[in-house]
Amino acid sequence: MAVAQSQLTRQRRRAALAFILPMMAVLAAVAGWPLLRTIYFSFTDANLDNIGSYAGVGFANFASLAQDPEWWHAVRNTVEFAAVSVTFETILGLVIALTLNAHLPGRGVVRAAVLIPWAIPTVVSAQMWNWMYNDLYGVLNYIFLKVGVIDHPYAWTGSPKLALVAVIIVDVWKTTPFMALLILAALQLLPAEIYEAAKLDGIPAPKVFWKVTLPLIKPALMVAVIFRTLDALRIFDLPYVLTGNSRETASMAVYARQKLIDFQDVGYGSAASTFLFVVIAVFTVVYITAGRVRFESR
Amino acid sequence: MKARKIIGSTLFYLLVTAIVVYTIFPFYWAIVSSLKEGSALYKVDFLPPKPEWGNYTAIFKEQPFGKNILNSLVVAVSVVVISLALSVTASYALGRINFRGRTPLLLIVLSVSMFPQVAVLSGMFELVSWLGIYDRLWSLSLSYMILTLPFTTWVLTTFMRELPKELEEAALVDGAKPLTIITKVFLPLLGPAMATTGLLAFIAAWNEFMFAITFTLSNERRTVPVAIALISGASRFELPWGRVMAASVIVTVPLVVLVLIFQRRIVSGLTAGAVKG
Repeated sequence: MAVAQSQLTRQRRRAALAFILPMMAVLAAVAGWPLLRTIYFSFTDANLDNIGSYAGVGFANFASLAQDPEWWHAVRNTVEFAAVSVTFETILGLVIALTLNAHLPGRGVVRAAVLIPWAIPTVVSAQMWNWMYNDLYGVLNYIFLKVGVIDHPYAWTGSPKLALVAVIIVDVWKTTPFMALLILAALQLLPAEIYEAAKLDGIPAPKVFWKVTLPLIKPALMVAVIFRTLDALRIFDLPYVLTGNSRETASMAVYARQKLIDFQDVGYGSAASTFLFVVIAVFTVVYITAGRVRFESR
Repeated sequence: MKARKIIGSTLFYLLVTAIVVYTIFPFYWAIVSSLKEGSALYKVDFLPPKPEWGNYTAIFKEQPFGKNILNSLVVAVSVVVISLALSVTASYALGRINFRGRTPLLLIVLSVSMFPQVAVLSGMFELVSWLGIYDRLWSLSLSYMILTLPFTTWVLTTFMRELPKELEEAALVDGAKPLTIITKVFLPLLGPAMATTGLLAFIAAWNEFMFAITFTLSNERRTVPVAIALISGASRFELPWGRVMAASVIVTVPLVVLVLIFQRRIVSGLTAGAVKG
């Protein structure tokens, strides 16, 4: 029996290898290899025109990257964008999740409604908001003027001060649903007895939220926040479609792609991409460790 | 006490209304704008006085929007089929067979899903031109694997793990081979999970923009997001907004309908990918 068992185990292990190999081969071809090439290119003067001929330049690309104010501007845009939009998404996501979690009629409508921004392609969201932001005919200026929030129409995506805000507003609109659903999933795992006990003891609802709900969902909330931060640091579509390669909103990904494709400077663009990759890698390690800590404590 | 309760529920429903208006209004406004033509577009009417369909017919006549939709469909469907086929076998191995190196493999798969697309852009560009598929739809089917494969593998693995052990044991006693176990025992049970994962992969491929704008060049090869981003009028300041909104509505309505039909499944699929991780 023991022999048969181990034979079976061995057979299953062999099968496991055969099953995983095709998937890993494709991943290696479309992720591993291109990534290695990008890192390699970042030490060369490769050009898009003739990507086959290049010479090594050492750290020169990284050195000029470090001295490029436009690059640091893009880094600042990205960090500002990520910090502000993730903060708002977390707060709004909490509000929506708590609303969805309240067992009152009408929550089905809310859940269906919040899924709509999530389902809309980013490019389409960007264009929809672009039209609402229009300085002459946009509905936002119309409404805000009517209500009296502003006294003259704003060029939302055109003005240097407002452009990044405009990008953040669309991102918050588009991704808060995702946040809300992740938080809702955590809320629904909480045992009902705690709330019944709190109710019996007559503890006011805000206090229950701060002292019971928030600490209990904190691990899930942290995972969601890191997940969203990673997404926000990689942002490309939204600023690109909303404001083009504009310096005021260019994220690290927009900047890197512009150098790489529009200016055909593969070496320099790859250096910027590699930098972004390293930032993301650090965050990913944090995410995976944070996720595992939570996994083991359960 | 009663008065307080009424105030409370009034506030609650005000909040509900605010959330619904906030999430739906931009899409509603796109629909309304797409039904206005000429000068009507530049007047703010929250209901179009008389719906005009001119924008909808124009995008199919003035540009190859039908072709763009077809391109997006071809790419998205091929991506869904290939990534499901590759990940269903892999997820069986990762979810149900104990072998050394399983956890590192899962971590690699998870980290790939975190890659910024731009980090593989130059390497992918080289690969695409080397394979001779630049400005071909195949370049997108291939490059989108990096977006969908880690995700489908990860989610299907979590689903595989949750299925009861007894199912497999009965088949093992009968001497079934691993591939038979997958196709005969698990595949029928994984139907709903495959549908959800497939739908999410479809949406990811349908919406992708950076690879699509980089690896395709001609109007005829563009996918929908690129076509919508590049619809242009005489100048940057004269975008034909009615047409842009009509195109946006056309590509979004099917997605919204699908998402609303499958909303429960989608929510569980999304959270399986993130929270349980």
